[in-house]
Amino acid sequence: MGLLEIKNLHANIGDKEILKGVNLTINPGEVHAIMGPNGSGKSTLSAVLTGNPTYTVTEGSVMFNGKNLLEMAPEDRAREGMFLSFQYPVEIPGVSMVNFIRTAVNEKRKYQGQPALSATEFLKMMRERKDLVELDNKLANRSVNEGFSGGEKKRNEIFQMAMLEPKLSILDETDSGLDIDALRIVAKGVNHLRNSENASIVITHYQRLLDYIVPDVVHVLYKGRIVKTEGRELVAELEEKGYDWIKREQGDL
Amino acid sequence: MAEQEENIVEQVTNQEYKYGFVTDIDADTIPQGLNEDIIRLISEKKNEPDWLLEFRLKAFRHWQTLEMPNWAHIDMPEIDFQSIYYYSAPKSKTNKTDANGIDPELNKTFDKLGIPLYERAQLSGMAVDAVMDSVSVKTTFKEQLAELGIIFCSISSAVKDYPDLVRKYLGTVVPYTDNFFAALNSAVFSDGSFVYIPKGVRCPMELSSYFRINAAKTGQFERTLIVADDDSYVSYLEGCTAPQRDEAQMHAAIVEIVAHDRAEIKYSTVQNWYPGDKDGKGGIYNCVTKRAICKGDSSKISWTQVETGSAITWKYPSCILAGDNSVGEFYSVAVTNNYQQADTGTKMIHLGKNTKSRIVSKGISAGKSQNSYRGEVRVVPKASNSRNFSQCDSLLLGDKCGAHTFPYIQVDNETSVVQHEATTSKVDEDQIFYCNQRGISTEDAVGLIVNGYAKEVINKLPMEFAVEAQKLLAVSLENSVG
Ligand SMILES: Nc1ncnc2c1ncn2[C@@H]1O[C@H](COP(=O)(O)OP(=O)(O)O)[C@@H](O)[C@H]1O
Ligand SMILES: [Mg+2]
Repeated sequence: MGLLEIKNLHANIGDKEILKGVNLTINPGEVHAIMGPNGSGKSTLSAVLTGNPTYTVTEGSVMFNGKNLLEMAPEDRAREGMFLSFQYPVEIPGVSMVNFIRTAVNEKRKYQGQPALSATEFLKMMRERKDLVELDNKLANRSVNEGFSGGEKKRNEIFQMAMLEPKLSILDETDSGLDIDALRIVAKGVNHLRNSENASIVITHYQRLLDYIVPDVVHVLYKGRIVKTEGRELVAELEEKGYDWIKREQGDL
Repeated sequence: MAEQEENIVEQVTNQEYKYGFVTDIDADTIPQGLNEDIIRLISEKKNEPDWLLEFRLKAFRHWQTLEMPNWAHIDMPEIDFQSIYYYSAPKSKTNKTDANGIDPELNKTFDKLGIPLYERAQLSGMAVDAVMDSVSVKTTFKEQLAELGIIFCSISSAVKDYPDLVRKYLGTVVPYTDNFFAALNSAVFSDGSFVYIPKGVRCPMELSSYFRINAAKTGQFERTLIVADDDSYVSYLEGCTAPQRDEAQMHAAIVEIVAHDRAEIKYSTVQNWYPGDKDGKGGIYNCVTKRAICKGDSSKISWTQVETGSAITWKYPSCILAGDNSVGEFYSVAVTNNYQQADTGTKMIHLGKNTKSRIVSKGISAGKSQNSYRGEVRVVPKASNSRNFSQCDSLLLGDKCGAHTFPYIQVDNETSVVQHEATTSKVDEDQIFYCNQRGISTEDAVGLIVNGYAKEVINKLPMEFAVEAQKLLAVSLENSVG
């Protein structure tokens, strides 16, 4: 059985249908890339999977870890091991990063029946994982994402991923706005956390990130549907030819 | 999205009040209503000297000429002052007290509230004056403080034991003519705390008063007087709770503070009177006059308040900066939820030269509540080179609540600078979802966000109080966001 099984998923914003029947199965140990032109629904898919209340699911099913994902509250989906690296991480003034991530880690532990980490254990873990993404000490003491640069926000997302050790990570355009050094740091972090039990969905426009995080499967999402699924060689093909041939195949050009 | 916000609001607005229990104890209560005989009776019960009875009667006669103020942004129902009991002293059922002179039933009550009445049970150095209804139940660490010359006792005992001190200061900062509620308090005040710190003494522990209303239909009218002599320091804390009752109850206190040359006083309040139920039934009407005077040069007074309770709050802790180079501060977090109404703020009156004041007010409104900041900054002609900085922020949860700011600024000399900043923001659902996605529930997320917002003020509280205040903020807003 797959870690994530999406069947015929339809979702709306208001009355507008954005996802129009998505099918996708992800097994432990796999990295799936989802590519596709702007506005095709990639962020919507990640929002629906994580339970963002702005979106309404109108049809279909999603199983995660053998559980009915769509029935779970967003925080429980997270505690079950689903993690989203946001395309646009929000700022939370006044809430220190340390306090925030400690709350998150301990909530997850509570859900799994484990005791809260002691301050020492927590700080040790935090130091390790922070180094992994070369996150400045000062950032950890600041308010969540407040005044962070674009690159710092993305690294901070991967830092949180490292702290929460998710089963499924969804990286939504984590590469956008990153220079090549930051990109390598982020990729290093993701690869370091990769093992045979967990899986990732990497949403991106460009080949760049996928040179560092090598996917097992590549999908093209277009107009709310997955219209192509191939191996990693598809990345190079898209890079070379752009999306027009896909649009043409779909009868849109 | 509007629907979503509504859910958010609904969740945060179904709070539970944890201190709503009633202690089953007999009380020595006098007849209900207010007239000169009642005032004589109160004075007699307390064995007061004539001068104090005179003070009360003068205040009462003045009060009769006054009308309840209606300028605040508050919808206050008509109050029948004749239906209130003005004196209620808890009385032991068994007449048994333990070795420490404490009635076991009362001890149980304060224990439940987390207020230890036994000195050895105290975890940290904090002396407590516990007041239930009209009388002080117990003051801890009195003897230890007395060795340093510090007086910390109920105001009733102070009237007996230190009449000259009380007489010298009582009513000098808040005269009974000040306002309607001040006149009422001056006529009927029952108990409260008295603090005197002698010259050059730093009070080695936090002094704290805990006020509890227990009896039904009783008003609480406590009165606190704090005097810090030259070069002294004290940090004072005030906490309060009341049972959950359907009918509203009146609380009209006075706090007077005097700081002499180079003295420093920190006064912190965590106000958690019963706020009424989620439909706005019952609750405490908290109409309080708090004022401090920096009498001496280079003295400093700072008010910190975390206001989460009461159906109605009408309260403006103020500083009169009379001494040159004196400093006044006001840090406030006021949370309103459901149908609560708060009109609160401060006055900074700059009389001396080079005086400085700082105001940081954080209003948090949820449910259908109304939350107003009202503040006055006045700089008189001779208060040259004075400075004020005011920061008034409002945070809204949902769209059925109201936040208002009423600053009054008057500067009468050209060398002084007054600066006022104000912001209004909303708890954003993207912030909540971000927390959810990290495994943090909406309730906890609101708690985190609100505490983050109020951090600058909370950080001014003594450590233990800060932790309590953080929990209280989260609890007050439970279920207001979904
Ligand atoms: N809040 C919103 N309200 C209305 N339409 C939206 C909203 N967010 C996204 N959309 C629309 O949904 C479609 C998919 O958007 P999105 O999932 O962000 O695409 P992608 O991430 O693939 O660029 C787009 O047509 C976009 O305009
Ligand atoms: Mg997107």
